[in-house]
Amino acid sequence: METISDKLSNNRKITYRKRRPFEKIVYGVIWLLAIAVLALVLYFIATILIRGIPAISWTFLTTASNPIKQTTGIFPSIANTLYIIFFTLLLSVPIGVGGAIYLNEYAANKRLVRIIEFATETLAGIPSILYGVFGYVAFCILFDLKVSLIAGVLTLTIMVLPIMIRTSQEALRAVPKSYREGALGIGATKWYMVRTILLPSSLKGILTGIILSIGRMVGESAALLLVAGNSANYMPQANVFAQMAGSGSTLSVELYTYATSRGRNDIAFGIAAVLIVIVIALNLLTRTVARKLNKK
Amino acid sequence: MEQNISIIGGKKAKSAVEKTMHIVFLVCGLAAVICVICMTLYMIVSGGPAIAKIGVTKFLFGQIWKPQIGEYGIAPMILSSILATFCAILIALPVGVLVAVFLAKLSPGRLSAGLRMIFDLLAGIPSVVYGLLGMILITPLLFRLQEQMGLPMGGSLLAAIIILIIMILPTIISVSETAIRAVPKQYEDASLALGTTKLQSIFRVTVPAAKSGIVAGMVLGVGRAIGEAMAVIMVAGNAAIMPEFLRPVRFLTTSIPFEWDYSSGLHREALYGIGLVLFVFIMIINVVLNRILKQGAGDRE
Repeated sequence: METISDKLSNNRKITYRKRRPFEKIVYGVIWLLAIAVLALVLYFIATILIRGIPAISWTFLTTASNPIKQTTGIFPSIANTLYIIFFTLLLSVPIGVGGAIYLNEYAANKRLVRIIEFATETLAGIPSILYGVFGYVAFCILFDLKVSLIAGVLTLTIMVLPIMIRTSQEALRAVPKSYREGALGIGATKWYMVRTILLPSSLKGILTGIILSIGRMVGESAALLLVAGNSANYMPQANVFAQMAGSGSTLSVELYTYATSRGRNDIAFGIAAVLIVIVIALNLLTRTVARKLNKK
Repeated sequence: MEQNISIIGGKKAKSAVEKTMHIVFLVCGLAAVICVICMTLYMIVSGGPAIAKIGVTKFLFGQIWKPQIGEYGIAPMILSSILATFCAILIALPVGVLVAVFLAKLSPGRLSAGLRMIFDLLAGIPSVVYGLLGMILITPLLFRLQEQMGLPMGGSLLAAIIILIIMILPTIISVSETAIRAVPKQYEDASLALGTTKLQSIFRVTVPAAKSGIVAGMVLGVGRAIGEAMAVIMVAGNAAIMPEFLRPVRFLTTSIPFEWDYSSGLHREALYGIGLVLFVFIMIINVVLNRILKQGAGDRE
């Protein structure tokens, strides 16, 4: 039988390492997977840009499609996307930030907080197609808004609410407790404290929430297809409210229409390239904001 | 936080503003709750009647969906949705966890940061763009396979599964990575001190300790996969038949936008009914997720 001293005497150095070929394989597999996923992303992005950029031109970005001149333009859907983003933020930012303030600063009832947080999580988990069905039944039919951009705005407001609440809550949590105590200690009322101390110090966090919401809205298609329709061939009307009351498609919905019913993949790729550029820009923006936030 | 500390208080105007703001914030906070309640009610009210008219068993277990002749059976769609989600998770979960391990433990910090940025980007790509890529890159790959088997060439379940895998990967990677990073370093150190190799400590100690977070990521992925509509509608072929890997399929989600424009009457109501079924699925997933997260929080304490 081999004893310990035998083992020690077989000229093994103290730094001897057992060979583990299996581990090498596992390392290899993990590296390979990581590289494969990375390659996939780059391949996707490259494909979109290479196939999409040829379709992009000044006319493409700034005009509406013109069947007589046979030019294609996506300006109407760009305008619709911007309108929807603007009005949705107008509604969702105050509600979301307000909700976060309530959860973080006012709520004394733990049970209520738990219910609200559960509701927020639930909203975040509901897929956009169901928001579409709900928005259609509630806003288009019941509120009699018809299939319109404004119905889209109301639907998206609910959809991005969880993002706004969560990011604002995180931002509020990051504000040191001493700030609050200091303000209250010198006699500020609660609302005054919220307005002058908490909101300014959590501004950047809220900004992150806004950027994330914009990303969600830019990419949204299923819900908007149902509640805001897919017609966007005309230049936006001068009257914003008239425009909002009518139906119209955003960039993502337009992409879907071009790729499926209109069968124009070249234009679809052009829109995809525009979307990808927007998504990359928003990502970089979030990162910049986050970095500044951390520095502070 | 029950500080109503205002020793100088007493000014009525001030306290009125205070009270109003308190109520305003309360309303904002309740907005999410109200939305969830409204959605639940509306989904039941709009989807319920059709299901009742068609008959619950006939609706859920009927194998034929032909609104023209009044057949509304959504079993093929339910099965397709479940099968696609299951297969997508089956592949995305191990891949996602391994990539998360790589990001959290194996790759040098710089590289991790760069990769994370790129995976975040993947999460931000709109689903229609995935659909378009699937149409151009993935479905044609399967054409030859379909041709060999004598099947019609076109969208298929397999193409949808591949797209879903790619779409849920970023979710699984980022949630799992967060979970793995949250495991206290002492666990791993203790294991290493006992003489295990790095990989052994990772897979025997760290990953099991991060289990609840990883499961949460998986459930989130399931939710995303079962709820995805626009990407899969572009690659799945949309025939309401029983799922087979290389044949076209239709999911719960895709039947809604696919038939939306030309549906009316009972047909439209049946689509609401599909919405209700999907809603029930999602709610179950949400509750499960909530449980897991709560359990995870409990474990850590």
